[in-house]
Amino acid sequence: MTTSTTGVFDTSAPWSLSEQVSLRDESFGALAYHHGNRRLVFLKSPELVALVRRLDEFESVDDAVEAVAPAHERGRYTGALRSLHRSGMLRGR
Amino acid sequence: MGADTSLRDRFERGLAAPICLTWELTYACNLACTHCLSSSGRRDPKELTTEEALGIIDEIADMKVFYINIGGGEPMIRRDFFQLIEHAVDRRVGVKFSTNGTRIDRAAAQRLASIDYLDIQVSVDGADALTNDRIRGTGSYVAARRAMDNLAAADFGPFKISVVMTRESVEQLDEFEQLAAGYGAQLRLTRLRPSGRGVDVWNELHPSLAQNRRLYRWLVERPEVLTGDSFFHLSALGDPLDGLNLCGAGRVVCLIDPVGEVYACPFVIHDEFRAGNVRDAGFAAVWTRSELFESLREPESPGACGSCGSYDACRGGCMAAKVFTGLEMTDPDPECVFGHGEAALAAKGVVHRPTPTPDHSRRVPVSISAR
Ligand code: SF4
Ligand code: SF4
Repeated sequence: MTTSTTGVFDTSAPWSLSEQVSLRDESFGALAYHHGNRRLVFLKSPELVALVRRLDEFESVDDAVEAVAPAHERGRYTGALRSLHRSGMLRGR
Repeated sequence: MGADTSLRDRFERGLAAPICLTWELTYACNLACTHCLSSSGRRDPKELTTEEALGIIDEIADMKVFYINIGGGEPMIRRDFFQLIEHAVDRRVGVKFSTNGTRIDRAAAQRLASIDYLDIQVSVDGADALTNDRIRGTGSYVAARRAMDNLAAADFGPFKISVVMTRESVEQLDEFEQLAAGYGAQLRLTRLRPSGRGVDVWNELHPSLAQNRRLYRWLVERPEVLTGDSFFHLSALGDPLDGLNLCGAGRVVCLIDPVGEVYACPFVIHDEFRAGNVRDAGFAAVWTRSELFESLREPESPGACGSCGSYDACRGGCMAAKVFTGLEMTDPDPECVFGHGEAALAAKGVVHRPTPTPDHSRRVPVSISAR
């Protein structure tokens, strides 16, 4: 089984959703499934889903979070991305 | 992943598409296991054609179903087996399929090894031929081991060895662990349910309370062992086991049978749990709009389990296990770890057990060594 080989999560670098991941919208946000490591992850808000979908428009994770999330929630969104990274869902560009 | 209550509530209200969609490709099987959940044996003349099956794959790919669990019968008996699974994988629908292994010769193993996003579960019901063959028939253990050897030789990677927990096999947990380790395989244990032919053997074969307690402790120590979320009724014994810990029937789980009928779960092949047929208006229409599924997505009442301190962990157990042992949906699970299910059954006196509706069992006993 593939483990995460995506390295350290540097939020000043550009990342995007791994091409092995399928996203499916749900009423609470979305489900993400990684076809390689077979992990299923829940994205628990539509805002987080929007952020994940738009990651590759930005030059860094920090920029993406700044553009998408309200100021007081940035920590939480970065944390959610960090946990997606731990599950192997993100890919460095 | 522990149980996340808010998320679980969402799941109980249903999803845009199932997470765990089982598709039984055929009722034909060259074995005749005594506990077969789908009473398989003979092919049904009305089984979906290749054209229809390809259409369903396209539809579930469009719904973004992430993967399908393919079973049967023995799915590899269908002549279009490879065509179907290759089409699914091309459409980015992962395939997990369950087989008795009899058709995995060297060539098949190599072809399987060449497909991405494919998981294989080879079923056995004992860690030795004697134990296994009592349930699966003479020669079936040797055949399953040959399949495992062929998969290993073809470098398939970590396939799964799948075992239904019976009163006998539950005594061989360490042997199964060694068997899997020897192949670099993953062990997968699932619950025996009184479904299909399992209705007839459940009383003698289901693990005792003491065995279930030992099984729970064994599983807690081994989070790497897969269970398909099937032992959540044992979570009432302490820390929850890995998984969603809920009955997903019609909410995250469903079954498409070989003739296109959609049931709430693979273990409830019975008219009462039939939601519709894919031949009428496709699968999505059944999933999103069937009356049965809508009712299963309503908040459920804990019924007789309401006063149990472990209800949050166990949710009253498995609907199929209750219904086919003659209990009500609101009764405790027949294998309730506190014995409340057994008490409820005893209190019923005369037990009425629904008979699973379609039965494709063969009328004569089979032995694969006689092929
Ligand atoms: S009484 Fe009901 S909820 Fe409690 S452990 Fe038994 S089956 Fe589970
Ligand atoms: S009825 Fe039983 S087997 Fe089916 S989804 Fe519910 S808990 Fe699982």
